[in-house]
Amino acid sequence: MSDHEYTPKSKFGKWFNDRLPLLTLASHLTDYPTPKNLNYWWTFGGILTFCLLTQIITGLVLAMHYIAHADMAFDSVEHIMRDVNYGWLIRYIHANGASMFFLAVYIHIFRSLFYGSYKSPREVIWIIGIIIYLLMMAAAFLGYVLPWGQMSFWGATVITNLFSAIPLVGEGIVTWLWGGYSVDNPTLTRFFTLHYLIPFLILGLVVLHIWALHVPGNNNPVGIDIQKPSKDTVPFHPYIVIKDGFALLMFMIVFAFFVFYTPNILGHADNYIEANPLVTPAHIVPEWYLLPFYAILRSVPDKLLGVIAMLSAILILAALPWLDTSKIRSAVFRPLYRQFYWILVADVLILGYVGAMPAEGLYLLIARVATAYYFIHFLVILPILGFKEKTLPVPLSITEPVLGGSPNLAGARIKNKENL
Amino acid sequence: MSEKKTKRRDFLFTATYAVGAVGVGATIWPMIDQMNPDASVKALASTEVDVSSVNPGKTITVLWRGKPVFIRRRTQEEIAEAKAVSLKDLKHPEKDEDRAKDPEWLVMLGVCTHLGCVPLDQKGDYNGWFCPCHGSHYDTSGRIRKGPAPTNMEIPEYKFVNSNTIKIG
Repeated sequence: MSDHEYTPKSKFGKWFNDRLPLLTLASHLTDYPTPKNLNYWWTFGGILTFCLLTQIITGLVLAMHYIAHADMAFDSVEHIMRDVNYGWLIRYIHANGASMFFLAVYIHIFRSLFYGSYKSPREVIWIIGIIIYLLMMAAAFLGYVLPWGQMSFWGATVITNLFSAIPLVGEGIVTWLWGGYSVDNPTLTRFFTLHYLIPFLILGLVVLHIWALHVPGNNNPVGIDIQKPSKDTVPFHPYIVIKDGFALLMFMIVFAFFVFYTPNILGHADNYIEANPLVTPAHIVPEWYLLPFYAILRSVPDKLLGVIAMLSAILILAALPWLDTSKIRSAVFRPLYRQFYWILVADVLILGYVGAMPAEGLYLLIARVATAYYFIHFLVILPILGFKEKTLPVPLSITEPVLGGSPNLAGARIKNKENL
Repeated sequence: MSEKKTKRRDFLFTATYAVGAVGVGATIWPMIDQMNPDASVKALASTEVDVSSVNPGKTITVLWRGKPVFIRRRTQEEIAEAKAVSLKDLKHPEKDEDRAKDPEWLVMLGVCTHLGCVPLDQKGDYNGWFCPCHGSHYDTSGRIRKGPAPTNMEIPEYKFVNSNTIKIG
């Protein structure tokens, strides 16, 4: 974004920068002009970077003590918990860190949905984000298998069996994934390898995600382009750095609460029983962050169609920039979309709740209605809304509503605050 | 003259791409195939089970290829119930005779065909098996009657070595 040429002050700096322009990059990241009206919902990008680094660092340490073998994995995790110095702390940070990562990513995604951050010219940022989200789910699933408890084993069995729904080649793919005729030691060793690999793929994609972001610059709560960089923006450092840092601190308090006070509340007690291929636990539920998709899977009575519905629920997000036909980005100026947005939030929360309940009776009915609504929101409501909705007037610049502008716009801004 | 030369060059390009593609494929294949079941896994492909202590109305579960196999000695009522079912009522129509060679012995993979959980014995609406994961009900012949599972529980290859021993696989 910043077009000015950067020249290092020192002679050595200049010599080095001519050969590898790292200092130019650092200067770009420091001066990067950021819309000055960003609210705290914009701090989750930084929080997510923190989460990724936390998982990588604690994961590296855990890998020094963990043994990826069906006979030893369960005991090695207990060894980490009881014998390794601070092993309990590192493992609890890693296990709860996964949940914190998903908490932050869901807020980040729903922030994009509210302010239309996925719309032109930010489609590529959005799609890279969806790929990261998919990889996060893969990493979380693979990691959950490693302690080799009952939930690990049966979760792995159920999820790998999703592939058996593919006609003709399904069974062959499942055998190939397992490296045998059931989830067993070959499965565990390859899952460990892939669990180790994926965070680094995510790290690479995060670099692309930020690179793609720095081409058009940040979206902002009013969702309009920057008119005058000198008036509408502040440099990333120190303004955004210090704000992100404060938000991160608040986030870490929540994180620490889980790690130190209720480290197992987000897990399942069954996973402290070693894997047993002869006994399935009475109630198999995935981790909380996968529950809405699990509810969609179970709400379809046919095996193949259930799997297709679940995958579509995620992949439909990649098409969102084209399904949402409205030219106005921010929900602040879209009175109808704003209501449908909150209905969607409620719908996803309901799906998450029924995903944790048994798939029968009233729960199943609710899951089916909520699943149908989820798809209707993206495939019917959003495309039509763009043409039908009467949007509110958008301010001329980011600075205008702050400095007063017309009373109409000031009202819109207050509304915005109420909604958050 | 020049046209003829161009054609020779095109042929060389195409041939080079084709050989290159075969080479890349031959290099990638071992990387893919190494994930398939290895020789040590395949070596455990069959198992012999002593069933002399199994009384009518009892089920034993044995591990074969890492999967549970149910061996149930069925009671006369269960056999009669399984035989009485009309094929029209079945989601995956199979006669009981085709599933249990000796009607007294039902040998099948104890793996739900929905997503691979182990169903519970003597549970569910059809006096057979019930899968706790997503609620599939199986009858006394292990056939799917209600719930999301698409097919009946699988019958593995097995034979009676003698009257007391079953060889699975």
